[in-house]
Amino acid sequence: VRFLFSSALSPEALVINDPDFQHEDLNFLSRSQRYEQAIRKSSLMVMKLREHGIADPDEIYWFKSFVHRGRPEPLDLHLGMFLPTLLTQATPEQQDRFFMPAWNLEIIGTYAQTEMGHGTHLRGLETTATYDPATQEFILNSPTVTSIKWWPGGLGKTSNHAIVLAQLYTQGQCKGLHAFIVPIRQLGTHEPLPGITVGDIGPKFGYDEMDNGYLKMDNFRIPRENMLMKYAQVEPDGTYVKPLNDKLTYGTMVFIRSIIVGDSARSLSRACTIAIRYSAVRHQSELKAGEPEPQILDYQTQQYKLFPLLATAYAFHFVGAYIKDTYRRISGDIIEGDLSELPELHALTAGLKAFTSWTANAGIEECRMACGGHGYSRCSGLPDIYVTFTPSCTYEGENTVMMLQTARFLVKSYTQVSSGQRVTGMVSYLNDLSRQRIQPQHVAARPVTVRINDPISLVEAYKARAARLVEAAAKNLQAELNHRKSKEDAWNRTSVDLVRASEAHCHYVIVKLFTAKLSEISNAAVRAVMTELCLLYALYGISKNTGDFLQAGILTDTQVNQVNQHVKELLAIIRPNAVALVDSFDFHDVHLGSVLGRYDGNVYENMFEWAKKSPLNKTEVHESFHKHLKPMQAKL
Amino acid sequence: LGSPLKTPGVNPDLASERLTASFSVEKLTARLDGGAEHTRMRRAIVEAIESDPAFSRENQYFQSQNERYEAAVRRAVHLQKKMREMGWTENGPEIKYIYRWLSGDIAFLLHRVFMRSISVLGSDKQVAKWIPLATEHQIIGSYAQTELGHGTYLQGLETTAVFDIATQEFLLNTPKISAMKWWPGDMGRSATHTVVFAQLYVHGKCYGVHPFIVQIRSLQDHSPRPGVTVGDIGPKMNFEHTDNGYLMLQNVRVPRENMLSRFCEVQPDGTYVRWGSQKINYFTMTTVRISILSDEVILPLMKACTIAIRYSAVRRQSKLKPGEQEAKILDYQTQQQKLLPQLAAAYAFHFINIYLHELFDRGYQEIQGRNFDSLPELHAFSSGFKAMVTQYCTSGVEICLRACGGHGYSLLSGLPSLYTRVLASCIYEGENTVLFLQTARFLIKCFMAASAGQPIPPSVTYLSSAKPGKCPAKDKLDFLSPDVYLKFFQFSRLLSSSAAKLQHLIQSGAEKHEAWNQCTVQLVKAAQAHCHYITVKIFVETVEKLDNKAGIQKVMKHLCDLFALHGIFSNAGDFLYDGYLSGAQMDLVTASYLDLLAVIRMDAVPLVDAFDFTDKSLNSALGSYDGQVYQRLYEWAQKSPTNQQVSPAYGKYLKPLLQNRLSKL
Repeated sequence: VRFLFSSALSPEALVINDPDFQHEDLNFLSRSQRYEQAIRKSSLMVMKLREHGIADPDEIYWFKSFVHRGRPEPLDLHLGMFLPTLLTQATPEQQDRFFMPAWNLEIIGTYAQTEMGHGTHLRGLETTATYDPATQEFILNSPTVTSIKWWPGGLGKTSNHAIVLAQLYTQGQCKGLHAFIVPIRQLGTHEPLPGITVGDIGPKFGYDEMDNGYLKMDNFRIPRENMLMKYAQVEPDGTYVKPLNDKLTYGTMVFIRSIIVGDSARSLSRACTIAIRYSAVRHQSELKAGEPEPQILDYQTQQYKLFPLLATAYAFHFVGAYIKDTYRRISGDIIEGDLSELPELHALTAGLKAFTSWTANAGIEECRMACGGHGYSRCSGLPDIYVTFTPSCTYEGENTVMMLQTARFLVKSYTQVSSGQRVTGMVSYLNDLSRQRIQPQHVAARPVTVRINDPISLVEAYKARAARLVEAAAKNLQAELNHRKSKEDAWNRTSVDLVRASEAHCHYVIVKLFTAKLSEISNAAVRAVMTELCLLYALYGISKNTGDFLQAGILTDTQVNQVNQHVKELLAIIRPNAVALVDSFDFHDVHLGSVLGRYDGNVYENMFEWAKKSPLNKTEVHESFHKHLKPMQAKL
Repeated sequence: LGSPLKTPGVNPDLASERLTASFSVEKLTARLDGGAEHTRMRRAIVEAIESDPAFSRENQYFQSQNERYEAAVRRAVHLQKKMREMGWTENGPEIKYIYRWLSGDIAFLLHRVFMRSISVLGSDKQVAKWIPLATEHQIIGSYAQTELGHGTYLQGLETTAVFDIATQEFLLNTPKISAMKWWPGDMGRSATHTVVFAQLYVHGKCYGVHPFIVQIRSLQDHSPRPGVTVGDIGPKMNFEHTDNGYLMLQNVRVPRENMLSRFCEVQPDGTYVRWGSQKINYFTMTTVRISILSDEVILPLMKACTIAIRYSAVRRQSKLKPGEQEAKILDYQTQQQKLLPQLAAAYAFHFINIYLHELFDRGYQEIQGRNFDSLPELHAFSSGFKAMVTQYCTSGVEICLRACGGHGYSLLSGLPSLYTRVLASCIYEGENTVLFLQTARFLIKCFMAASAGQPIPPSVTYLSSAKPGKCPAKDKLDFLSPDVYLKFFQFSRLLSSSAAKLQHLIQSGAEKHEAWNQCTVQLVKAAQAHCHYITVKIFVETVEKLDNKAGIQKVMKHLCDLFALHGIFSNAGDFLYDGYLSGAQMDLVTASYLDLLAVIRMDAVPLVDAFDFTDKSLNSALGSYDGQVYQRLYEWAQKSPTNQQVSPAYGKYLKPLLQNRLSKL
């Protein structure tokens, strides 16, 4: 099934065979050493990208992910946020001043948005930029502890510039958040500039090679021309000129979220590869008395843990590709000013970002647990995948907040349908509600004939569930509104229902996209195995949420039994293809970074080899013996 | 400690939470400690330890694996000194408070398991020989059971111990790489001795797995003994301070007397003698499973709840009403739904833990008297509850971590290390899926016995009660009655249908083991449901027995209701199936559950205050008692070595990069 994935071979070969990119196992290095290795490799990478003339964003992405083995690195924000923001938000004059130096890395920048006190809720940011017409400068300040910029990658030690988001004050009025280019370190010495306090925020769960930083500004002045002014402007006398359209930033958000959906798929695929290969190598206990110990992959409970995740990894892969394609398709329209499709895509990607990152986060942990004790060792690679991935539940929009954004769109669509309008796109199933309104019962109480062996029929079941949960949430919201005065209060008191509705909607979208993909696969054998995975994904989702399907009358008790039974049958059907299905993800051993997940399956020997390199084994007798143990024994 | 009045500078957002408590925090703390005198003793011990800078954990998040290990050894040595100074002893009442405060961040924990296994499995003579040496730290012990190739499935262990009559010795060997001992704590660098579990061979016959005391390092220079290869297994997700080790044995000889022989022995002529039940070797493990729950599993959840709930009362984000101040995130229903069920679970597990300890203390006495009748039930209890509580607490701590957004990801929040620590408990002392299946095997046996009219242990008598009809509840308040919701959890459908399916498969010709494997997914669920039921039942019984003074019974009743309703809400399909609950009733359950969140919200901070963790014990920038979150985070981050030391990266790589001399790199 290799053709399902974009070819990534050439950068892989370029990087993996290059001795410059080799180093000691990161697990044995301290945080400072890991930072140093990452900086070293990033510098080399920039040079080699130019040398090889690699400029296509996808190719750069692949090259980078091989250099850094899918890990974050200190120049991420420079390459991923600083440069693109200059391109999209700087005036031509500003580009002249900043872009080429930044491209040539004389300027290394980061993007300083999040503060100690505020993340996803951007309007709450407290940093101020006050315009002083006398000197034609902005005065930047961090007025409170909570306003200190906190978390930006590359800020702690690497960058000499930052794009700072601050509340703009001019002529005594607050004009909301705007972006400013702020020099933070002296060129040449790299010392912080007067008025700037900058540093590293300390150790984290993961991201050891990233210098996430803090930034505090005290009456720090920058010229008027350092405000990014392609859209909004402040004129020399302090007059504020409003931007034309504020929906444009949606485009960037959609793009970043599509990357996170892709990351969810990739991270989960890596975890599945490790867990499934290891489960084929590990033998344990006995199924039948007197026979050799079976592979743990032959245990139903192990299959039940891993195969639904494998199916999920494939499902998310298709979803990520769909969002990316849709974004590409409509980005042309966006440039030409047609934003009609953007709100739905924006709302949908918010929910999908949350849904996929939550699921992948839990899935990676499930894979690790399925590897027992050895999964807990850093040599398995699984702890690392988890700690690197888990922040995506928070960054680029905290997941619960994202789910509620999608819910807002769903409720809005429901309200439109209720008032007689039709809605289009992924929410068009809500149109069917109007036919139901004359009847007093739930939408889904109308009989849906579900054929549990047919993905298309299962899409209908998921659709009915989403419709019922959206309707229930909308009705509960209306009931709350009838009881209380405040809209926000009613919304808050319905938010658990609203999140459930969003989840059901996203789940429906994913099953639908996976099912739709099947007909595009021309190779019969591949289509057959993908159909099995698709069925497993859909049926497992039902068996995990039987309450929703039973309560809405979409499935009967008997059908629930059949679903549970069929899930187990599918496990046995997928079992012979399990290793092939993870081999198809085509992760190189170097990229996988796991002793348990090695392609050759020589797990135990290599665990021993790996352990011998551990820092605690540097000497046969550890220095603690002489320092502490021996004196204690002598004294006691 | 204690009331907010003593602590100036409490963040007003946290202070206001404490003014509205519906119950006496101090009284609840005393109740959790098992009496006010215990609270006093605990606080005195905590005070003595915290005032000693040698025990400070402030820098632990900044340290490397090597530094953590050395610090843990140093602390363990210092503790010996401290205990003597204070007059504390290993068997005294103080010891549990000492270790609880240390949160396991100390060396020689496996040394204690070493001693415990000798006490339980050793003959009186062996106890007399080894325990004094170990107590005086003349030797340092470990407990080497798990191998590279086998963990929970003990029969599969491959290390061998062959009896040599000529020399009256056992010859220990690691015959292949997967037989290497792997994971035992304190063994990688510290231990001089270890209890090795190996397959015993006498006259070519295998007698199964037995424990042997083996010296692995010299008592003079600490170098490995001849035939011994030993080292550290490398970095892990946590436990950086512990030198989990590997051990390879090549023709290592130990005297006949080194096989632990309280229950069985190889006599000089090679005769194998056994007294008592086969299962007795497992009793150490069975009790260890229960003994880890309190400090290693439930405590981390309590700490995580404390951190996440206090932080959620301090963190303000977005507005609930236009024109007002930004709202505390604890006021968002979605945040309450994440955190409050975890809080309820922490209390539920505290009470189930007390119950289990009483049960096991009784069991221990019986076994000391060589009465093994209760072993199967105790074994089923320890397996099921170990699996359930570790799984639930692990997911609970992770929910708390993620509920703290970005700052939860900082090690300084304390949450990542709580999480990575508690999740190890899902694996050690028995892999959870395997353990659930052990409980399921016991339940199926009982179910079959009950069907045949035979007597069954009291904990499972509900299995034989009549199938309930329909749930009678009509109003959402009805679901706050324990009589109503206990019936939900009593349902044995999962078990009875598994039993029926097993029987069906066997009758249609499947082999027994294959039939069992086909049913395991459902059997795991059945075992979970059983443990869930017992937990709710014990919570209900505990609440009934509580004193109605000081508002404690009322607030505990709310938590008990929440724990139960959250269980129904999260497993709706199980209860809707076969119509025990109607769809309309399920909506009432949901409504009742959401109402409870708002009620418990009012007491959320006092309920975590009652756990009475000191700031130093929490070691969290987000969870401190005074709620000065941001200030503490900022000050602490500045102490990070990354801000104290000059990184060589600038001069070596950044400077040339910035000055665009890429080609010279």
